[in-house]
Order: sequence, then structure tokens, then C-alpha cells
Amino acid sequence: MTTLTELHIGDSLHSIELPPVTRLDLIKYAGASGDFNPIHTIDEEAKNAGLPGIIAHGMWTMGNLAKLFSNLYETGFIEEYKIRFKGMVFLNDVITLHADLKEKNGNRYFFNVAATNQSSKEAISGEVIFKTY
Amino acid sequence: MFNESIGKRSTPVKNIVERGAVKKFALSIGDPHPIFIDEEIGRQSRYGTNIAPPTFPRVFDFGTIESLNLPNKGLIHGEQIYRYNRPLMVGEEITCYTEVKDYYEKKGKQGEMGFLAFKNYGTDANGEIVFTAEQLVILNETIRRMVMSK
Repeated sequence: MTTLTELHIGDSLHSIELPPVTRLDLIKYAGASGDFNPIHTIDEEAKNAGLPGIIAHGMWTMGNLAKLFSNLYETGFIEEYKIRFKGMVFLNDVITLHADLKEKNGNRYFFNVAATNQSSKEAISGEVIFKTY
Repeated sequence: MFNESIGKRSTPVKNIVERGAVKKFALSIGDPHPIFIDEEIGRQSRYGTNIAPPTFPRVFDFGTIESLNLPNKGLIHGEQIYRYNRPLMVGEEITCYTEVKDYYEKKGKQGEMGFLAFKNYGTDANGEIVFTAEQLVILNETIRRMVMSK
């Protein structure tokens, strides 16, 4: 496991490639989050909304991305997590999670974070400020 | 019509960071880290208990804002920001409410878009803010017209 103090500006936390997105992933997230907007689970509703098919909840992708930091909670916590939703995530998309250290200031570590699809297009991107104790 | 809602707040609602809900949520985002779900690891951690993932407040009830009727379909989530003073602890009670921060319209590629900004708050038993969450919701022209005509 990489510790934060060993990281240099420009270094990345280990990227994670998720398995292809399944309908069950989104059904589970709907149940766990309480977000039952049908465009995330029911084909017909997605089509009625003008989409080619069901799309992942943006918050599902944002939730996944945060796991790059889960190993670090003994040393600190996410103080700020800021995301812009940029592109849709469809069934069978292969999403990769990224976090690059761009700045350190005292006990605050500033990361650029993103989740990209199999065509390297960003689904979400933003910043994480990780504050160590 | 959304302009009239700016500054309005919901009535605060008490929520529990419930162990089972945290586990289910962590599993649903593919993050079954022991700090979230293993009781013993939580006890031995610096927190003395398990904590919740940073996007967990999605689960909370933030109450309803009077006279703000948003459609449950067709909304686009544009941005989301969480700010934490500390992580959420499993078992604690968090009082949540939401506030309409702003509404504005802009011409985009798909016509006149509406932008509705919310800020959510979560406070602990001592009344201290644990987190805030800001979200920007985008209404496309069709949805905006539909809401206006009601």
C-alpha cells in the first residue's frame, strides 16, 4: 500500500479498472441509495427519456471513485470531494478510476480525480482534498 | 418560479448512520473496505467505530422544501461537492436539512436550461456541522416548460 507521505506531485494512486457495468450494479445502487429514477434500471423509461439505454447513476460512479482513498482512512479523511458529471455511463462500459496528486499544502493533499470509460472519455472528473491527522 | 424558492429551507430531519445501510451502500459502490463494514476493525480504528463512505449522505432524508415541486424524471445532475469536518460514524444521529441556494437560466445547445443549486447540511448531536453537500441540478427546456405550466 502506498502511503501518502511517499507520494510526490504528479504521482498517482493505484488506478482501478471496474468490471463492465451490469444492470444488477445499478439495481443494487438504486436500492442502497434510494434513488429509483427509472432511467437507471428500466430500458423503456430510459428510451422514453431520449436515451439510447439505461445509464448509471452519476452518484454510483462518484461513489466508486472514492474507493481509491479507502485504504487511507487511518491516516486522514476526505475533506472535500468535488465532481462534475461530464458523460454518461452505459451498460457494459468499462470504467477506470484515477487519482493524481497535484499539490501538497501542510497536511492537505490535493488530487485530480476522474472516472474514464473504455474510450478514455471522462464520465466524471473533479478534485479531492485529503486531510491527514 | 424557482426564483421564489431561493433561500427556502426544509424542516430538519433526524437520520441514523445505520450499520446495515452503510454496509449495503458500501457494497453497492464496490467498496467493502473493512473500515466501513467490519465491526472489529472499526472498533480498533482511530474512530473507535466504523465510518461511512463520503457519498453516503445520498441515503439521508433532508426533508422537503415547501412549494418546490421538482419532477422525478428528466433532471440532470451537473455537479456535486461534499465537504467534511470529519467522517460520519456508524450509529450516530445526523440531523439533515436542505436549502435552495440559487436558480438561474442559461442558453445552451439544447435551448434555455435551468440551473438549480441546493446545499445540504448534516449536523451531529452537539449541533456541529459534520458535512455539507452542494448539488447543481440542470433542467432542460422541455422539463422546465413542463414545470412552469403546472
